[in-house]
Amino acid sequence: MSSNATHSTAAAPQRSLLAHRGGYTAIGISTLVALFSVIMLMMDTRWVYLLVYVWFGVAYGVFLQYGRFCMASAVRDLFAVKVPRMAVGVMIATALFSLTAGIVTVSGYSTFHPHPLGWHIIIGGLIFGFGMVFTGGCASGSLYKSGEGNVGSMLVLVSISFSQALFADLGSWSNKLAPASWAASAAEKGMPEELSVTDGWFDQFMAGYIWDLSGGTVGQWMESGNVWIDVFIGNALLGAILPTIVLLCILYMATYRKGYVRRNKLESPSMGDELRGFWAMMTSSKNTALAGLGLGVFAGLQMWVTGALREHYQIFNFGELLSKMGHTDGLSIQQTVFDPGYWYITTQEAQLGGWIMDKMGRDVMDNVFFGLNNGIPNPFINAPLLMSVGIILGAAVLALTRREFKWKMPSLETAIFALVGGALMGIGARLGMGCNVGAFFAAVTNGDLTGWIFLAGMTLGGLLGVKAFNLWLERKSIGDEFDI
Amino acid sequence: MAIKFDKIGDGEYELDVKGYTCPHPQMYTKKALQKLSGGDVLNLIFDNPSSGESIMAMVEGEGNEIIEKQDGDGSFIWKIRKG
Repeated sequence: MSSNATHSTAAAPQRSLLAHRGGYTAIGISTLVALFSVIMLMMDTRWVYLLVYVWFGVAYGVFLQYGRFCMASAVRDLFAVKVPRMAVGVMIATALFSLTAGIVTVSGYSTFHPHPLGWHIIIGGLIFGFGMVFTGGCASGSLYKSGEGNVGSMLVLVSISFSQALFADLGSWSNKLAPASWAASAAEKGMPEELSVTDGWFDQFMAGYIWDLSGGTVGQWMESGNVWIDVFIGNALLGAILPTIVLLCILYMATYRKGYVRRNKLESPSMGDELRGFWAMMTSSKNTALAGLGLGVFAGLQMWVTGALREHYQIFNFGELLSKMGHTDGLSIQQTVFDPGYWYITTQEAQLGGWIMDKMGRDVMDNVFFGLNNGIPNPFINAPLLMSVGIILGAAVLALTRREFKWKMPSLETAIFALVGGALMGIGARLGMGCNVGAFFAAVTNGDLTGWIFLAGMTLGGLLGVKAFNLWLERKSIGDEFDI
Repeated sequence: MAIKFDKIGDGEYELDVKGYTCPHPQMYTKKALQKLSGGDVLNLIFDNPSSGESIMAMVEGEGNEIIEKQDGDGSFIWKIRKG
C-alpha cells in the first residue's frame, strides 16, 4: 500500500472487538467450539483425537482468511491479472511445510503415504484446475470463503461433496467406459464380493489401475541409510525446496521483474538489484507470506500430534478408536474411516455426500472408495470433516473480527458456475487422488513428486479455465459496460 | 446485480462490483483501469475481501497508486490513481 493511503472509517472501531456486532458473533463461535470440546472430552477423553482435527481446522481457517490464501487465485490471478502474490505464498508454505514435515518424519510420527504415479494425476489436476477458475476458489479456498459468508462458495462445497460421492459410486452403466484390462486386473485382486470391484467405472479404476501402480518419496529412492539425509536432503531440499526456488525465479522473471525495474527506474539492474527485487516479490503481500508461514508450521504440527496420539492409543486408524468407543456405524469393511492425520479437504466432503446418499436409501458401501477404504461415518463424529467445519468457523471468526463478514448471495450465473465448476473439481479430485491440498501441498512437502505433476495439471487447467472464462465474458459482451 | 462503471466527475470514475466474487472483481478492475488515462482516479467499490489482496498487488505492479481506503462492514471503497 502506498504511503499516503489512508484508512478512514473503520480504523477506530476495529480496535475493539466488542464495538461491533460481528465481534460478539466471533466470540460466540469461539465459545461454542470450546464448549463442544469440553462436552466431548467429558463424555470420553479419547475424543481428543477428533478434537485435534477440529482445532487444527480452526487454525487453518484463521490463516487462510488472514492471507486470503487461495490456490485458485495462485493459478488464476497469475494468468488473468498477472499477479504472483498468491503463488509466492503457496511456495513459501510449501518450502516451510517440507521442513516441518521432515522433522515429523524423522521423529517417526509421520502419517504420510505417497501417492501412486500415473496419468490419472495430471488429468485429475487439469479437470480440477479448470473447474476452480469458475468456482472462484480451490477446495480450501471455498471453505474459508464460506466462512466469510459467501453462499456461492457454500454451493461449491455441496457440489464437490455430491459429485465425488456419485463419481465414486458410478453404476453398472459406466462399466463399458473402463478398459477390459482394468476389469480383468480388478477381478484378480480377490476382493470380498460385497465390494463388487468389477462393477462400476471408479471401482475398476481403483482396483484395476491405481492398485497396480506404485509411488514413493525422494527419500525412499535415495536409500542413503541415513534417515536425516533421506528426509532433509531428499524429501525437503530436492523434492520441495529446490523446485520451489526454481518456480519462484520463473515467477519473478515472468511477472514481477518488469514492474519492479520500472518502479525503481533501474536501467541495467545489477545482481544486487535483482535479489532486492526477488525479495520485494516475496514480501509484496505480507499477509499472504505470513499465512504461508503459519500454514507450513501448523500442517507439520498436526501430523506430529496425530502421530503421537496414534502411538498413545496404539492404533493405526481412527476407525479402531471409534469401534472401541462403540461407534461402528459407517466404518469400512476393514473397520477403518478416512483418517489422513494431516491437512486434507476433499475426501471428507465425499464422505458427507456419501453419508447423505446412504440416508436417502442408496447403497454406497458396495464400492472400494467408501466400502473398503474411507467409510461413511456420521458427520458429527467424522474427524476430518469436522476439520473442514473448523476451517469455516476459524475463517468466520477472523472475518467477523475484521468486519469483513458479509452474507453474499450468488447471482444465477455465479450459482451455475459454482455447481458445474464444483462438480468438475470433485471429479478431478477423485481422479487425481486429492485436491490442491491433499494431492499437491501435502504430497510435495513429504517428498512425493506426484504433487508437482498435480500442480502442473492444475496450472494447465487453470490457464485453459481463464481462457474459457474470458471467452464467456466476451460472449456476454461484458466489455460493453466498460465503454464510456 | 450488474457491474456499474460510470464517469462521476472530471477524471473521476466509479466501478461498483459489489456482489461479485473471485475472480470477477480483479478482472473488472483491470479492465476499468485500462480505460482510464494517467492521473485519472477510480473509485472501486467491492465486497469480496479475497479480491482485495490481488487488486492491491495488481494496481501497484502496474504502476498505479491506491490513494485512499475505506474498509468496513464487509465492503471496501478504494480510490486508485492511474499512474
